[in-house]
Amino acid sequence: MRTPGRPASNGRKFEKVVTILERNGRRPARLIPILQAVQEEYRYLPQEVLTYVATALDVSPARVFGVATFYAHFAIQPKGKHLVRLCDGTACHVKDSLPILDAVRKRLGLEGKRQTTPDMLFTVETVACLGACGLAPVMVIDDQVHGQVTPETAVRLVEEVIAKEGQS
Amino acid sequence: METVTATLPALKTVTIDGIAVPIEGERNLLELIRKADIDLPTFCYHSDLSVYGACRLCIVDIAGRGIQGACSTPPEPGMTVRTQTDELRRIRQISIELLLANHDQQCPTCPKSTSCQLQDVARRLGVSQVRFKSVHSPRELDRSSPSLLRDPNKCILCGDCVRFCSEIQGIGAIDFAYRGHDVAVLPAFGHDLAAGECVNCGQCAAVCPTGALTPRPEVDEVWRALHDPKKTVVAQIAPAVRVALGEEFGLPAGTSASGQIVAALKRLGFSAVYDTAFSADLTVIEEANEFLRRKATGGRLPLFTSCCPAWVKFAEQHFPELLPNLSTCKSPQQMLGAVIKDTLPAARGIAPADVVVVSIMPCTAKKFEAKRPEFAKDGRAEVDHVLTTQELARMISEAGLRFSKLKPESYDMPLGFKTGAGVIFGNSGGVSEAVLRYAAEVITGTKVASPDFHAVRGEDGVRLATVTLGDTTLKLAVVHGLKNARALADKARSGECDLDLIEVMACPGGCIGGAGQPVSHDPEARRKRTRGLYDADKNLDLHSSQENPFVTECYAKHLGEIGGKRAHELLHTHYGNRRRIGDETIRLGEGPSEAKLNVRVCVGTNCFLKGSQAVLQGLLREVDENDLHDSVAISASFCFEKCERGPTVELDGKRIQRCQPEQAIAALREQLAAGKAPQP
Ligand code: SF4
Ligand code: SF4
Ligand code: FES
Ligand code: FES
Repeated sequence: MRTPGRPASNGRKFEKVVTILERNGRRPARLIPILQAVQEEYRYLPQEVLTYVATALDVSPARVFGVATFYAHFAIQPKGKHLVRLCDGTACHVKDSLPILDAVRKRLGLEGKRQTTPDMLFTVETVACLGACGLAPVMVIDDQVHGQVTPETAVRLVEEVIAKEGQS
Repeated sequence: METVTATLPALKTVTIDGIAVPIEGERNLLELIRKADIDLPTFCYHSDLSVYGACRLCIVDIAGRGIQGACSTPPEPGMTVRTQTDELRRIRQISIELLLANHDQQCPTCPKSTSCQLQDVARRLGVSQVRFKSVHSPRELDRSSPSLLRDPNKCILCGDCVRFCSEIQGIGAIDFAYRGHDVAVLPAFGHDLAAGECVNCGQCAAVCPTGALTPRPEVDEVWRALHDPKKTVVAQIAPAVRVALGEEFGLPAGTSASGQIVAALKRLGFSAVYDTAFSADLTVIEEANEFLRRKATGGRLPLFTSCCPAWVKFAEQHFPELLPNLSTCKSPQQMLGAVIKDTLPAARGIAPADVVVVSIMPCTAKKFEAKRPEFAKDGRAEVDHVLTTQELARMISEAGLRFSKLKPESYDMPLGFKTGAGVIFGNSGGVSEAVLRYAAEVITGTKVASPDFHAVRGEDGVRLATVTLGDTTLKLAVVHGLKNARALADKARSGECDLDLIEVMACPGGCIGGAGQPVSHDPEARRKRTRGLYDADKNLDLHSSQENPFVTECYAKHLGEIGGKRAHELLHTHYGNRRRIGDETIRLGEGPSEAKLNVRVCVGTNCFLKGSQAVLQGLLREVDENDLHDSVAISASFCFEKCERGPTVELDGKRIQRCQPEQAIAALREQLAAGKAPQP
């Protein structure tokens, strides 16, 4: 029997992919919903899994890659354990959201186009509008919404997560 | 007398720039405009491909509707269309300026310079400056392919290549990726072109309006060999080259310029010039014998031709179980290379290492073929370099030779002698016809009255023909375009195909439409080249390969019997399964796997179709139910290149073929019981 407490194995994730493919009748026209469901399992779209999807749907891997890189909500790089999203919609932008982003990225040592820390603990993204403009500028850490953040409070919030990670 | 009043059906017309143009089945306004002899410049319209509507150059002003893309508007009777207005002109110019702002503009050093459509259109539309700030950021060149050079810095995102590869070749090796400013045409996962399923046909380069995709040049290597006094450099010329090279020097398409080409090669320093049509005659004899033997002895049919290297790679990737149906004959290029390397050193008293064979081909896939390891002996390739028709033209220009002034010279004997059968190889249907000319004589025992088999000629992508020779009826198919080939191969695989012989060429119209041929602005060029080869056949004395006296002599002196041992060594080859996807693995367990029993299940296309997913699921369940996570590591791989006997499973390095779920689980249990795997 399965040892309790074992994290969901890659094997089980793969079983899910198979189910997703079957549920969609392995129809190439269902490529986008299939990729959405796969991303829910893996939190991103691993290359090998995309290749498997291409094989199963009999679509060229180049086309699958094209679709996976076209839509903003698909990620082809693994994301960190914690997702930090900063709103850069109009309201937040005018309330100086960019310095917040810079401060957080600097604190986490992210350079250039990098969005994920090398230890895979954090991914920092900007999003168009979180629909919470009244609270602008807004930052979301793992679905927890924080309003009226400043560069300093933002960095503090991130540091709290780091501290918690250090304890466990 | 009765009066008959016939009302003519009112002619349906569109008024284009004041002229009434009748609608005769045109699918869109652009076709109609071009029929009216207005050559509206475009990048993304191709009559053989789907309409993409991205370049926006085809815009016209339609009365009552405003500005519309002509390529995506169906003609309607009564429409009034203007192709030139101030506004249209301005919009078109801006489109070009935007493209140029995002382009590297390294025109003088671009291989496409002088035949580039971006340059041409910019000039034609009077674009004299680029008012936008350059937004171009350099990207790396892809030099991985032996056949093609991919320079993303020159891509204008018209998508012609993408559509050709998927719609005509049925492959889809390249596609659009990313979005916004990052959009690019890329092979899967942004990998190198050579890593994937590209078959090197080069048709993407043939349709690319710019220098973003071009044949990979070997001109420098050839010059170096020619300038090396130790080397004896000889050339072979493919049939399709002779009716196209002249286009680069102002001759009409289809003009046979063999004499001048030979003269030019001699002036460039080649010590002998042979004809690939000679070895095409050899191919006919070997392949026809193979075919008739299979037919007579109930061997594997249909027989697929094997002279197109793009098709061969495609078959190796997609149709492993049909590889025994491929003729074992090498292509004419490789046959001639093998014969030259086998005979020339002795004949000239030179070291084999000093013979350099250069072939002049209409084709980019031939560059790949020449580098296949099967075609090298003692580490020496049968063909050292492959130049496309375009590259030879460039060398002739570089040397400053006035092509049309060259006094024609003749090929060197004996390997320069051919019959018309060898020459028509360059046309789609030519191989079939050449084989029929041979088979007819063998089957009926008499010389055929007319060598022409019109049943296999034509332009359609798929042509079926039934030919009766004596009391034998042969069913043939001639296809060009790999998507067409795939449809027939699918049938052959499932056993629904009663054909005897299937000729496959990847390129439109056969080799005359190869991607190495001159870039032509004459829409009739392909047809003219085809005609040129049939005319060349007519003008020769001999039309059937078996009549070639030098081929007969070659068998007597070097090759022995047709289809015999020596012939097999030099003229035949073998094929192998080939993965279409780079080396990738899905790891399905956690933690390090060194200490575990490794099980790899193939989920490549062929094994997948044969049910490897069920095998994988069975194994995963077994591991899960018995909590074997610490002792067994399962992974899924894409193709072990053993596809014809799939599904393939590898257990601790041992291969199990045609593996069913129960079998895989039994093998796993056995292995664990034997205690070979270290227990946790
Ligand atoms: S060479 Fe042929 S197979 Fe390769 S990408 Fe171009 S069109 Fe596709
Ligand atoms: S590579 Fe050439 S054909 Fe393909 S999209 Fe770019 S410009 Fe067009
Ligand atoms: S030809 Fe119509 S948009 Fe390109
Ligand atoms: S697909 Fe090639 S061995 Fe499985």
